[in-house]
Amino acid sequence: MQPNHIEALLEVADDSLVLGQRLCEWCGHAPTIEVDLSLSNLALDLIGQATLLLDYAGEREGQGRDADRLAFHRDAEAFRNSMLVEQPNGDFARTVMRHFLFAAYANPLFEALTSSPDARLAEIAAKSIKELRYHLEYATDWLERLGQGTEESHRRVAEAYDWHWRFVDDLFFDSEAWKSGAESGLWPLRAQLRPAFDETLNAGLARAGLAEPKPVWPIVGGRLGKHSEHLSSLLATMQVLPRAHPEATW
Amino acid sequence: MADMAPRDLSQQIAEVLARVPDPEIPVVSIVDLGIVRDIGHDANGSWVSLTPTYTGCPATAVIKQATRDALDQGGLGHVDLRIVLSPAWSTDMITEDGREKLRRYGIAPPEPASPEVACPRCGSRQTAEVSRFGSTPCKALWRCLACHEPFDRFKCH
Ligand SMILES: [Zn+2]
Repeated sequence: MQPNHIEALLEVADDSLVLGQRLCEWCGHAPTIEVDLSLSNLALDLIGQATLLLDYAGEREGQGRDADRLAFHRDAEAFRNSMLVEQPNGDFARTVMRHFLFAAYANPLFEALTSSPDARLAEIAAKSIKELRYHLEYATDWLERLGQGTEESHRRVAEAYDWHWRFVDDLFFDSEAWKSGAESGLWPLRAQLRPAFDETLNAGLARAGLAEPKPVWPIVGGRLGKHSEHLSSLLATMQVLPRAHPEATW
Repeated sequence: MADMAPRDLSQQIAEVLARVPDPEIPVVSIVDLGIVRDIGHDANGSWVSLTPTYTGCPATAVIKQATRDALDQGGLGHVDLRIVLSPAWSTDMITEDGREKLRRYGIAPPEPASPEVACPRCGSRQTAEVSRFGSTPCKALWRCLACHEPFDRFKCH
């Protein structure tokens, strides 16, 4: 695997890591105990997937960095996640919409990765896809419930869609690193995943009774290490302990 | 243990593993749950491969440590412990024995063939899902409409 392929691997791993960390913020704060458990479980899945991917990236890099090292000892500009996943949780509708958009993208991506000629990547994807299918179902169910619920819940989820829509192009951004891996046949271009995403999106929106979002200027840059200010504060919380005690074990 | 035939040694290792409980559902062993993938022998000695249930399952690290301890205390010489991801774990790998133990413990075992879920307490199939996520990643929360008791269901995965 070439150095820029490892960089591309971080794009996938960091999406899972950052979204997993975000979801952890709901623990103890969710609208009901069932939702609290659900969001924590989704977070666990994502952090588990990130751990496998980061460990693999570290091994291929060959500089002795493991998942913990990569998660806790990189600064924001070294992160390759999309800006969508670093967005603050907002209200529950925003969290649901963010998760729906992410899962609608991640499902065709991981499905494609299961047939990557890179055997390790393929087996990580095969393990993860089983979990991600559940994520999409869960998010779609809640999307429908909010969209078809009360006037208030509909207003909130429509607003969430308006807000998150601007980051969808960033999710699908094909960086040079990603393109290089695609040319080597490791994975498809993200642009090729867009039709599957659009299909899931339209089906979900129809169930929820949601209209097209307001036109917005798309914001891109996450895959290049250009992030919103929100990532730094998320990382500060996530990284403070291992950075304060770098050699600590327990 | 070089003087022991591999078949006997495999058997002894399997017996040790059958006594390692799942940390979250201690009535079932890691063998019952299908977490033990394989036992083998090569030039460097014996090895055991384990497979995680869910990628983020916090029990995986505990299981690995408990298995390590059990093997070390088993007096069977050095046994290497490997983690394998492929083929991905599925609830089909839970043994018949394991399913029965789950039921008796009050957890509805996964039944991929059936859309209905039987209450592990009274056996009624008049049941409903309360939440797709339960107390651990592998379980969903259900309730029985006949005896009105809530119960955990092992999710098909
Ligand atoms: Zn019952």
